This record gives sequence, structure tokens and C-alpha cells, in this order.
Amino acid sequence: MKIWREYTLTISLLFILVFFWEVTARIINMAFILPSPTAILVKLWELKVVLIAEHLPATLLIIFIGLAISILLGVGLAVSMNQSKIIEKAFYPLIIFSQMVPTVALAPIFILWFGYSIWSKVLVTVLITFFPITINTYDGLRSGSKELKELLLTMGARKKDIFFIVNVPTALPHFFSGLKVAVTFSVIGAAIGEWLGAQAGLGYFSRRMMTQFDGAGVFAPIILLSVVGILLFLLVKWIENKSLKWRQSQ
Amino acid sequence: MDNTVLEFNSVTFSYSGPDNDTKILDSLDFRVQEREFVSIIGASGSGKSTLFRLISGLEQPSIGEILINGNYLTNRLGHVGYMPQQDLLMPWRTIVENAALPLQINSYRKDEARKQVTALLDEFGLSGYENRYPGDLSGGMKQRVSFLRTILTGAPVLLLDEPFSALDAITRLSMQEWLMEQWEKRKKTILFITHDVNEALYLSDRIFVFNQTPVHALEEIKIPMKRPRNLKDLNRPEMIALKDRLLDQLRLKVKP
Repeated sequence: MKIWREYTLTISLLFILVFFWEVTARIINMAFILPSPTAILVKLWELKVVLIAEHLPATLLIIFIGLAISILLGVGLAVSMNQSKIIEKAFYPLIIFSQMVPTVALAPIFILWFGYSIWSKVLVTVLITFFPITINTYDGLRSGSKELKELLLTMGARKKDIFFIVNVPTALPHFFSGLKVAVTFSVIGAAIGEWLGAQAGLGYFSRRMMTQFDGAGVFAPIILLSVVGILLFLLVKWIENKSLKWRQSQ
Repeated sequence: MDNTVLEFNSVTFSYSGPDNDTKILDSLDFRVQEREFVSIIGASGSGKSTLFRLISGLEQPSIGEILINGNYLTNRLGHVGYMPQQDLLMPWRTIVENAALPLQINSYRKDEARKQVTALLDEFGLSGYENRYPGDLSGGMKQRVSFLRTILTGAPVLLLDEPFSALDAITRLSMQEWLMEQWEKRKKTILFITHDVNEALYLSDRIFVFNQTPVHALEEIKIPMKRPRNLKDLNRPEMIALKDRLLDQLRLKVKP
């Protein structure tokens, strides 16, 4: 079990932290403020049907739609900026600026615009996930070696050839780095969106439990959200390894 | 008989800087015949690589003209084969895919390109490696892939820019012998940049010495060795004398 050995330290540390949490929670003994890990797990088990069948799909839908839009938008922007100096000059500062705006503070406005429909949540998700994809892909497209491009020119390559033969493959690892950051952000984005206004979803459920002073109920969907984030990350990593097989020979 | 494949007619070239232009070539004339092996030797920064950039069409002369196969072409890109100093193999492509690059650019069908490459792999000592990645190959093998890629451009004139400079001495010797075989077999014209006097003497019909910047006239040395050659021929007295002469000339250029 190579994986097990590799993560021994992480798992041990996690156990120690959870153990202290359990002990502290039991000493404080106010479950609505600090529920113990065991209480959370029990709650998760009790709520498993409603969380997994009803609220998880709602959140996943936001995550997937948001990520899909982010990938299209991010890659589209990165390619356009790579192709045109004018587009780059116009958009690049705005893209940076879009990240200075506190998304969490803006989210209520999206609720006003789109109501409780899925699009307000998708917009929050897109706003925080398109950035790492755009910037990484853009940098990746620029990182192709000048010597290699010149070599292609001496072979009579056109602009299109250089783009697909040099730029796209060099950008791919960068794109995946961006996507790995984006998928973890997407979970946060969806949860924030749901927090502010929704009729279903893990974020919404967590907030509803807060109004009922159900500490364990607040944490249970959050545990599920973290699991979603980790699984998405692993999925991207798996796709990355599949499509960048050559890196194993480095 | 005129079998000139490459001709420079009073070519002048300068790199334009922000303050002043740096003249590299000053009305330079030379000709290279078909199936000749010409080495270009000179101190670093003497404009050897610039010469290749001009021939391949990456740069244009300020004045003068460059003729390839007797034709004056403004766009020479795609007409000569260029093999760079670093192998510049793409790590994400397999050996076959790397070698097939010029075929891909010339819109060959994928299976046709693959067939052409595979047919040559054995001679290039690469059979069994077709689906491996450059990361799996030794330095000498990578240079052979790079040379194969240059051959597959189909160009009659090949420009090799210090192709063996990164290899260890032993690999280098065997690569030189191998290159000589390939050159004879494939009937190509080769221009070869090197720092290594022995390498130049062993491989070339003629050596051009870049001896001043800007380069105005090339010092040209004919190598009086019959082919096929043997590395031991370099130990003959007239070759040693020639080598000393060359080294003296080069030493003059490298002033402290």
C-alpha cells in the first residue's frame, strides 16, 4: 500500500486533531456551538438520504454548470488574448480587477438579478473559478519556446501550425493546474451562492440548520462538500495524468 | 558545370539595436556546391548562427541576395533543413511524432507520415523506440531523432548548428562517423557550424573561418583528404599542420 505509506503522516495528524476536537467538544458540551466529530458523523448518517438524494444533486448541478462555463470562458479569453494584442490590452487588467471585487459581497446582487434560480449561484461560481483557468491557460500559451517556434517556421509552418503544435501542448499542463484550483474553488462558490439564497443544495441546508441551532447539522453538509471538492480534484488529477502521459518519462 | 545550391551575393546584414546597428555581415560572397560538406568555424558571437538564420529565412539581408538552387527567394522558410543546437524535441510527442513534424507541417496524412518515419528508424538506430518519449532517450539518440527530423524536411541543403556540442567525447566521435555515412548516402549538402577543429577537419570538404566581425571575406580552407575518411587520417603530418594553422587563426580572434 504505497498510498497508505505516503499519507501516513497526514492521516496521523488528522486523527490527532479530530481527537482533540472530540475531547474539547465533549468538555464544552454545547453541541449547537461546537458539535463533536462523532456527533457530526452520526448526523451525517441520519441525514444521508435527504443530503445525498436531494441537496447534493442541486449543488453538483451548480458546480458542473459553473465549471463548464468557466472552462469555456477562461480558455476562450486566454486564446483570444494570446492571438490579439488589442484584446489582451483591453481584457487583462479587467480580468485582474474582477478578482479585486469581493465576490461574497456581490452575491446578494446576483440574487436580486436572478432570484432564487440556479443562475445566481452559477454566476458566483463562475466569477471565482474562471480566473485561475484564464490566467494559467494564458500564461501556458505564452510559454512555448521561441527556438521551437523558429524551428517550425524554418519548416514552413503557418501561424495555425505553431498554435496547435507548440502553444496548445505547452499550455495543457498549465490549464490543468488552473483547473485543479478552479474545482476546489467551485465547491466554495456553489456553497456561498446557496448560502445567500436557494431552495436546495448543501450550502442552503447548512444555513438552514444554523437557524435551528443544529451544530452537527451545519457541519454534516460541509463534510460532504469537502468530499465533493476532494473527489473533483482527484478526478482532474486523473484526467491530467491520462492526457499528459509523457510526463512519466521525464 | 554549375551545381551551386547556395549562393550569397554581397550580403550585408545588421541587427538593429535601440541605439545603433550592429553589422554582422558586410557584403559577403560565397557559394556552396551540391553535395558539399562545409564547416563554419569561428569564435562565439562571430555571426555563425546569424548566417544560418539568414539562409533559413528567419532573417532577411539588409542588402544583397541569397540564392537557393539558383533561385532568388524572398521567403526561404521551408526551403532548407535546419537542425538546431539543442535537439528541441517536444517532450509530449513520441519519437515518431517528433520526427514526423516536417511531414505534418507539409500536410502529409498521419499514417503516410508514420510509414515514412518508421522506414528510417532502423538506420538511425532508433528502432524499438518509436512510441517512447524523448525523456527516455540518451543525448546521442535525441540528436539522431533531431537529424532524422531535419532529413524529413526533404530539403537538399541542411544547416546543422553545433549538433554534437552537448555530447560526451565518445558519443561525439561515433556520431561524427555516423553523420558522414548518412551524408554520403542521402546525397545532401551540409553546412555545419562547430567549435571543434578536429570535427571540422574530419567531416568537411571546405572550412569557412569567420575571422572578423563584421564578416567581410571568409577565410576558406580546402581539406586535402580523400573519402572515405578514417579518424586516423587526422594524424597525418599535413593534417596536423593544417590543424595548427587553424588553431592559430582562431586563437588570434579570441583576444582577452
